[in-house]
This record gives sequence, structure tokens and C-alpha cells, in this order.
Amino acid sequence: MKKPLTFKLPKGQCWTIGVPYFWLLLFFALPFAIVLKISLSTAAISIPPYESLFNYADESLQILLNLGNYLLIFDDSLYLYAYLGSLKMAFITTLGCLLIGYPMAYAIARAPKEKQTLLILLVMLPSWTSFLIRVYAWMGILSNNGVINNILLWSGVISEPIQMLNTNFAVYIGIIYSYLPFMILPLYATLSQLDGSLLEAASDLGSRSLNTFWKITLPLSKGGVIAGSMLVFIPVVGEFVIPELLGGPDSLMIGKVLWQEFFNNRDWPVASALAIVMLGLLIIPITLFHRYQSRSMEKEV
Amino acid sequence: MSNRLKKMSFSTIMLWAGMFFLYAPMFILVIYSFNESKLVTVWGGFSPKWYGELFRDQQILDAVWTSLRVAFFASTMAVILGTMAAFVMTRFKRSWGKMTLSNMITAPLVMPEVITGLSLLLLFVHMADLFGWPAERGMLTVWIAHSTFCAAYVAVVVSARLRELDQSIEEAAQDLGATPLKTFFYITVPMITPSLMAGWLLSFSLSLDDLVIASFASGPGATTLPMVVFSSVRMGVSPKINALATLIILTVSLIAFISWYFARRSEKKSLPPAM
Repeated sequence: MKKPLTFKLPKGQCWTIGVPYFWLLLFFALPFAIVLKISLSTAAISIPPYESLFNYADESLQILLNLGNYLLIFDDSLYLYAYLGSLKMAFITTLGCLLIGYPMAYAIARAPKEKQTLLILLVMLPSWTSFLIRVYAWMGILSNNGVINNILLWSGVISEPIQMLNTNFAVYIGIIYSYLPFMILPLYATLSQLDGSLLEAASDLGSRSLNTFWKITLPLSKGGVIAGSMLVFIPVVGEFVIPELLGGPDSLMIGKVLWQEFFNNRDWPVASALAIVMLGLLIIPITLFHRYQSRSMEKEV
Repeated sequence: MSNRLKKMSFSTIMLWAGMFFLYAPMFILVIYSFNESKLVTVWGGFSPKWYGELFRDQQILDAVWTSLRVAFFASTMAVILGTMAAFVMTRFKRSWGKMTLSNMITAPLVMPEVITGLSLLLLFVHMADLFGWPAERGMLTVWIAHSTFCAAYVAVVVSARLRELDQSIEEAAQDLGATPLKTFFYITVPMITPSLMAGWLLSFSLSLDDLVIASFASGPGATTLPMVVFSSVRMGVSPKINALATLIILTVSLIAFISWYFARRSEKKSLPPAM
């Protein structure tokens, strides 16, 4: 199988496909195999802190697979709550991004052509300035002596500051704020390619604008909705920084738990098992995203 | 007609409300960076003193330098890898190898960062065990990690451009006897330069910004700026960070507008003069 391939490809093409291929196999695919391997090993007090799966002694190879890490995850309600909390957080924030982002993308796609690039740049610009610093900005706004509470106190609406920082509410705000551009961009990409004559035809045939929106605009932008939702949903499930900075003790998310298991408890096998289960949960959304990605690539060709 | 106007105005109102939501926190940060008071949220008069404090903080300056170097090398490597992958994705025949490559290169776009970071760290630990390399984690390992995930973004940006290109020019060059390599460097590269630059800048800012993957991949010798900011922000808000944030926001806006300006100029150039 290998030989005809090398014969078909000239030397230069071999290099072009070989270099990125090798790099990705080594630094992207292989690491997942290692995570899988370590998730099946036993934790130990050593460097590195786990025991080897393979044991070769007396001419016999012993392979010890430890399923305890997975059993622990399904047994301990802490992990279960963390997974459920992450999924709920990801679902609500994706919906929030969609509700705010869709009208924004729609307005940009309907703007005059020369204005569109500038508006998209304005949407993307915040996501290029450090993500950490934008989350940090919300700490100053939401804290008890922060901007919102100061304004409300000063105007006499409230007499006691409202606790907003270190709550789930703050995490929702922070995540929607950080991921909004990732929702708008794919939505804008599909909405701006929408054939305007279809909308005109609908209105000529007497369709009301809201009806046109539900029957034509929304179904035609389905690809953008899926891509944007997946670009928000998948990374949010593993989010660590935002719940750590804005959330309180009750905002339990799996990324935070994984981080603590790895860095604080130094339990590498459990952290690996947490990652594998998280990947398992995300398989469906990831395939959905890839299907959209390859379909939109084929359409352009 | 009035109905249509109402809907137009709803999405336009949402657009400006959304823009306010995106920019208000950053403006507040910039204003408070000139706050005299040590309490971040209590206004104590105008003063640029926190900028002075910032430039006397050796730890932050070292981290800035580390981050800039890592970002420079990582984005360069990402452009090389990403362009090669984009070339394979757009110019090569449909095959099993091509499909795996394009799946692997776009996977880091959505993969949760904790998973990518964890898996890379475990790889480095294994490699050190087996071959004694990398002996310790530091700038080199962060560079590898950043190159890998930035390559995904470069591949998307560059392949979009490659797909738009008129392939007949490349074919003409090869018909006239240019080798594929020569065609690539003399014909293709000049035509995709704007997207290469865009990919490089995007990778640069992604690498500068990354906290999670860098925390996993780096060792004691290489602390990047986000790691310093994160550990100081965890302790509570500090006015020095406001000053740092303002400088970052200003730099990024400047770079973004310069690249937007150049992109617009090259777009205009490619159009016929009559337009």
C-alpha cells in the first residue's frame, strides 16, 4: 500500500504532506494515546506520579489496566456534578451567545459592503486583546465595590451592594462576553452569502418579514448556527480560567476540577480519565463541527 | 415597509448594544488605569503612577520578553506548518491521508484547552523518560505547543485564500517550465502574502494570550506574561494590572488597524482601476 503512494507523489509533494503530518501525529495524535494510557494506570508517589502499565519480568509481559479511575469518576458525585455543571453552563452560554450574536451578525451582513469589514474587525478586536485581561475587567465591574454596585448605590436603587462576583451569574456574563465573537464570525460568514433575491421573492409573494425570517433566513443560515454554537459549546465545557476568576465555590466545572486534580492533588491518572470522559462527551459536537467544516469547504470549491 | 424598518432597527439596536457590551469593560479598565488610588475601584484622582510602577516590575518585564520571543517563534513555525497543510488541503487530490491531515489540523480549533495542555505535558514527560529529551520543560516546549495549536488557525485563513486563487497562473508557470517549488515561491507566495501576514499576526496574538496550554507546557524557567497576570489577579485586583491591560489594548488596536488598512489597500489594488 505504501509503495505506490511514494511512487505517485513527486519528492516535493512528499515533503509538503509529510512535514505537517509528522508534526501533528507527534504533537497532537500521539499525546491523546498517552492520556488514554495514563488514565488506565495507577497513581503512585513517584516521578512521574503513576505506575507503568507494562511490566516485563521472567520473560513474561504483564499489562495492568486499572479501571479504578473511571469507576471513581462515576462513583463520586463531585465529578458527576462537575460534568453536569459544565454541560449546563455550556448550554446556557451558547444559547445566550446565539440570542445576542444572531441579530448582531444579521445587522452586519445587511450593512453596506464597505462598512462590513470594519464592523467585523470591531467585533473581533476585543478577542485579540488578552482574554485574561477582559475577564479581569469584569472582576472590577462586578465586585461589591465595583462599577455597577457603585452606580446603583449612588443612584439610590439599592442600599446594600449586590453580591455578583464569585457567583454563577458572573461566570455566565464572563463566558458570553469572551465567546461572543466566535459565535458572530461564522454566523456573519453564512448570512453575508445569503442570496438577497430569495428574500425579495418572499416579500413579493406577500410574506411578512418575520415569516420570511423564520421560513427563509434562519433555515439558510443553519450551517452558521451549528458552527458558531459548536465553537462556543465545546471549549466552554473545558473552561478553566473564567470560573476560577469570576466563579465562587458553587460554580463547579470540569475544567477546574481537572486542573485541581492535576496541579494540586498531583493525581495524573484521575486527571487523564477526566479528560477522556470529557472528550467522550464532546465526540458528537466535535463531529458535527467537522462535518459542517468539510461541507462548507467542498461548497466553496 | 414600516414592518421591515422595525426589524432592521431591532438588529441594528442589538448590534450597537452588543458593541457597547464588548467595549465598555475595556474602556472602564483604561480609565481606571489612571487612578491615583490604590483601591482599584475607588476614584482617587488622575495619575499615571501605576505605569511607572509597571516598568519597575522586573518579573513582569521578564515575562513580557519571554512571551514575545515564544510568540515570535511559534507564529513563524505555525505559518510554515499551517501553509503546508492548507496547500495539501486545497491542491492535493482527495485521499485518506488528506482527510486525516485536515481533520487533525482543525481539531485544535475546538478542543478544550485543558485537554490539549494535559496531553502535551504527558507527551513531554514520556519523551523525557524515553530519550532524555526535552530534559526540562521551558521555552522550547511552550514553543512546540503554541506552534501546534496556532497552525490550525493559519491553515483555515490560508486555505480560504488558496481556494479563491486562480490556479491557471500556477499552471501556466509550470507549463513554462518552472518547478513546483519555484512556482510556489514566485507565484503562489506573493499572491497569498496578505493571508500569510494575517495568519502570522493571529498566531502571534493567540500565543501571547494563551494561559492554559502554556501553564501545562512550561517549566520553572519560562513564565509567560499571562501566567504572571493570572497569579497576580488570583490574589485580587491590582492597579498595576490595569496599566498593563491598557498598554496591551492600545498595542493590539494599533496593530489591528494597521493590518486592516493594509488589507483594504491591497484589496483596492487588486480591483480594476475603473472601480
